[in-house]
Parts: sequence; C-alpha cells; structure tokens
Amino acid sequence: MISKEEVKHIAKLARLEISDKEIVKYQKDLSSVLDYIEKLEKVNVSGVEPTSHPFFIENVVRKDEVLNKKDTGKLRDMAPDKKDNYIKVKSIFK
Amino acid sequence: MKLEELTIEQTAEGLRKKEFSAVDVCKAYLDKIKKDNKNIFAYLLVDEKGALAQAEKADELISKNKGSILTGIPVAIKDNILIEGLKCTSGSKILENYVAPYDATVIKKLKESGVVFLGKTNMDEFAMGSSTENSAFGPTKNPNDLTRVPGGSSGGSAAAVANDMAAFALGSDTGGSIRQPAAFCGVVGLKPTYGSVSRYGLTAFASSLDQIGILTKTIKDSEIVFKSISGKDPMDSTSVDLPVIKDKFNLKDMKIGVPKEYFVKGIDAKIEKEVKSAIKKYEDMGAKIEEISLPNTNYALAAYYIINPSEASANLARFDGIRYGFSSKEAKDLLDVYLKTKGKGFGPEVRRRIMLGTYSLSSGYYDAYYLKAQKVRSLLKKDFEKALEKVDVILTPTTPIFPFKIGEKVEDPLSMYLVDIYTVSVNLVGLPAISIPIAKVDNLPVGLQIIGKPFEESKLFYLGKAFNGKY
Repeated sequence: MISKEEVKHIAKLARLEISDKEIVKYQKDLSSVLDYIEKLEKVNVSGVEPTSHPFFIENVVRKDEVLNKKDTGKLRDMAPDKKDNYIKVKSIFK
Repeated sequence: MKLEELTIEQTAEGLRKKEFSAVDVCKAYLDKIKKDNKNIFAYLLVDEKGALAQAEKADELISKNKGSILTGIPVAIKDNILIEGLKCTSGSKILENYVAPYDATVIKKLKESGVVFLGKTNMDEFAMGSSTENSAFGPTKNPNDLTRVPGGSSGGSAAAVANDMAAFALGSDTGGSIRQPAAFCGVVGLKPTYGSVSRYGLTAFASSLDQIGILTKTIKDSEIVFKSISGKDPMDSTSVDLPVIKDKFNLKDMKIGVPKEYFVKGIDAKIEKEVKSAIKKYEDMGAKIEEISLPNTNYALAAYYIINPSEASANLARFDGIRYGFSSKEAKDLLDVYLKTKGKGFGPEVRRRIMLGTYSLSSGYYDAYYLKAQKVRSLLKKDFEKALEKVDVILTPTTPIFPFKIGEKVEDPLSMYLVDIYTVSVNLVGLPAISIPIAKVDNLPVGLQIIGKPFEESKLFYLGKAFNGKY
C-alpha cells in the first residue's frame, strides 16, 4: 500500500488539489492498480529496447511561415481572463 | 419502411433513386432521437437546426447528381472530436462550455462528402473508461437492456448506432473504446491501423495509442466510411498514406490464427462458445485455422495501464485554467489556479489516471514502471509480428464478459480495467482490428474481434462480410 504522504506528493506533482477524504480513497485505488502492475516484475526484458510508438515515425518539417491567421483571435478569446491582446494570469508570488 | 433502420448503403441508394429525400431521412433520425434519447442518453448535444440545413444542402447536391455515397447520411460524432462552432466537452466539466474553434480533419473530410451531423455523443470523461459511466453528464444506457452499460468509452456512439439514432458514428479507440462498446451494443466497430486516420482535432488522451474509428450497422458501411476518412494529413505527423493492397481475397487461401492465451480463465463460457462456433464457421467455409501463441498476453494490460496513464498525465497538463475551458474563480495565485482548476474540473477517474501516470513517470519509479512497460511493449510487438508471419488474421473474443449492470464496477477501477483485456494489446502494437456482432445470448450481443496486419483493413472487411455470407 502506498502511503498518504506519497499520494500527497504525487497530487502535488500533478497540480491536483485533493481533499483528505480523497487521499484515503486514492491510496486504496492506486495501490490496487499498482499491485496488479507488479506482475511485470516477472518479465525478463534484458537486452530489449523500449518502444514508445507502434510504428517507425519520422520528423515532418515545413517552412516557418504563418499559414492560418484567422484562428488567432478566436483562440485568444477562449482564455478565461484577458486584457487587450494578452492572456492574463494570476500573480506568481503571493 | 422506417428510414432510420436503413444502412448507409441502402439510404444512399434510396436517395439516388429519389425514394425519399435527405430531409426525410434527417427528420426520421431526429424523431427517433427525440423519442429515445431521454432513456438512452446517447447524445450530449443534438444540432437539429444544423442537421436540417445540411440535409437540405445534401438534397440540392443529389438533385444535381453531385455528392458522394455519404451525401445526406446522418452521423453522430463522439464528443472528443471537434466540429467548428459546436460544443466539445470530452465528457468533462472542465470543457463544459468549450466551443470547438476549428474542424477535426475527419470532420472536414465528412463535410466534403456531404454528411449530416446529428450531434455529439456521450463518452467516459476524456475517453477514460469502459462503460460511459465516467461521463460528467451521466451514463449512457445499453439499448439492448437499459439496466446495463453500453460499454465505453465510445458508449454514446455505439448506443446511437445500435438504437437507430444515427446511420453511423465516429468514435476513438485507445484501448478498446470502439470495439468494446460495439460488442456490448451489437454493432460493427473498427479501430483502424495507427496512423491511417488523422487524429488532428481529436482531444489527445494517450497519443501513441489513440485512433479515430468507426461504428456502423454493417461491415460494408464501415468500409465506405473508412475510405472517406483515411489518409495522410499534414496536420498529424503520425498519419500516413495508405499503401495500396489488394482487396480481392479467397477464404480458401486464408490462414486464421487463434491465440491460445485468449481462451483461459476469466472468459464467460457462453461467449467462448459463440466465438468458437464462429471460428468453426470460418473453417467450414474453407479457411485454415491454426492455434497460435502470443506468449506475453498476460502482461499486456499491466503495460497498458502504465503507458496509458503516463501519456494521459502529460497530455492533460494543458488543462490549466489559463488558455481555455473551466478556470477556478476562487484561486488566489497562479499555483492555486492550477490546483483548483484541475481539482474541481476533472472527475475521479481522470484524476486517478493523472496520478498513476505521474507516479509512473516520477523520479525513482520511471525505470521500474514506464521504461519497463515500454520494453514489454516491444515484446508484445514481436509476439504479434511473429504470429502474423504465419497467419493472415487473428480471431479473438472482443470482450471476456457480457455488458454489465450500471454501477456494478464503477467503484472498483481494476475490475473495470480488466474488461479491456482482449483489446488493449492491439493499441500497444498499432494494428487494425474490427469487432463484429456474431450472436445474441439472452438478448445480449457477442462480439468477435478480427485483428489484421498493418494497413490490411480490407482483409478485415472481407472476413467480416464472409461471416455473414456476403463476400
């Protein structure tokens, strides 16, 4: 079973606010999945390269020029808080 | 004749022969939705006005003998695929009021072929789930039995097609999210080869596993839609041009592999019986059946539940309350905006996966979890490559169990994950697979999964049609 401190630490890394009640719930949920995942310990992977993608992929490049300007305003307007042409965020320091 | 019961093929034929108009067809579906959606809740949004306008345009095209086989055909779209101007929630509170600013490539293609968009379908939040119960807006019900789940995460799309509330639907499949609900609802569900259909405009969940696919009433319909939405897209660097492969086959030349690891403890005996009798049917029709081995099958789900949440935790970091979507108004500083937005905006399963992924990727655990899972992924890939050197396709059950009762598994995440045991490997290795309905037992459908080699969807269509004696 992973500890309450570990759950709190992961939540902090993931930037999730969770309540004390949820900490206990996630402790149980995450542990049951992690216990299941433990079966991978039995697999011998010595000399095996990792796969991050099902098939071979290659970089796709193009000239760095503006292709679609019409969406810019629309996308900017979706920000919850803005001022003039800028997206506004809360202060970083208290 | 009930127009909403027709297949794409039949509807297209009727439209060309002027037996009915696209507006007639559209209205038939809208009436059916009005009547049944409150009980089934397949749709989150029905765009009645837009649909009727598109149907009128389709009629105009057809009257001039223009358009395609899909012109005037009503479609439902899973709510994680963007249609410009319509809300796109991904089943989440965090995107409850998000209006899509552009069309996904598949939508652009369908618009060019003249379809009618009926609306957006319900799904597990961010496609994380196997029952559609994780939708922030309430569960969809299985049209075969309203006390049971339709499967997930594309449960709304599968239920819409099964209940004649759409002629076809698009969904997305990350670990079985099209094939499993197709099996649970009794429709055809195709997960194409990774890269064959552009993912541009699909809300990213686990990018190396996600694939847009199709839910239809028949295999022929699946083939029709696949042709119209596949192909390379400059907006998705993982998309590819499909190699041209032959589409004329002979069942007598086909070798079908049956993996012994898929018929072990945990499978419902009635499902096993139906799937085995389907395999026998192929044998009787002349195909060669061969027992094969996929030795690492037992580890696929564990590897999947490391890779999937890891990619999800990275992809979902973008929902930070700054650029779009829900943003907590109570927050005092920037860090607080992140914490409260994600804490309140995401539902329990999404938060669970973000935490699992964050854990697997975090310092001290990366090697034991994420890297290990990626290596197991390589072993699985080898398993399938080796097997598919000997056989043309692999047949398996789509699900180990029948549709379960609403509420039965939602409190126990691991038991929910186990429902995907036969489907997740396919996503890890990128292969195409189709689930076709082969039987009903006590009114509940059984699905057969056919897995093929990369870009050999045409072989899956051929074998699917062969099962119904129409090849």
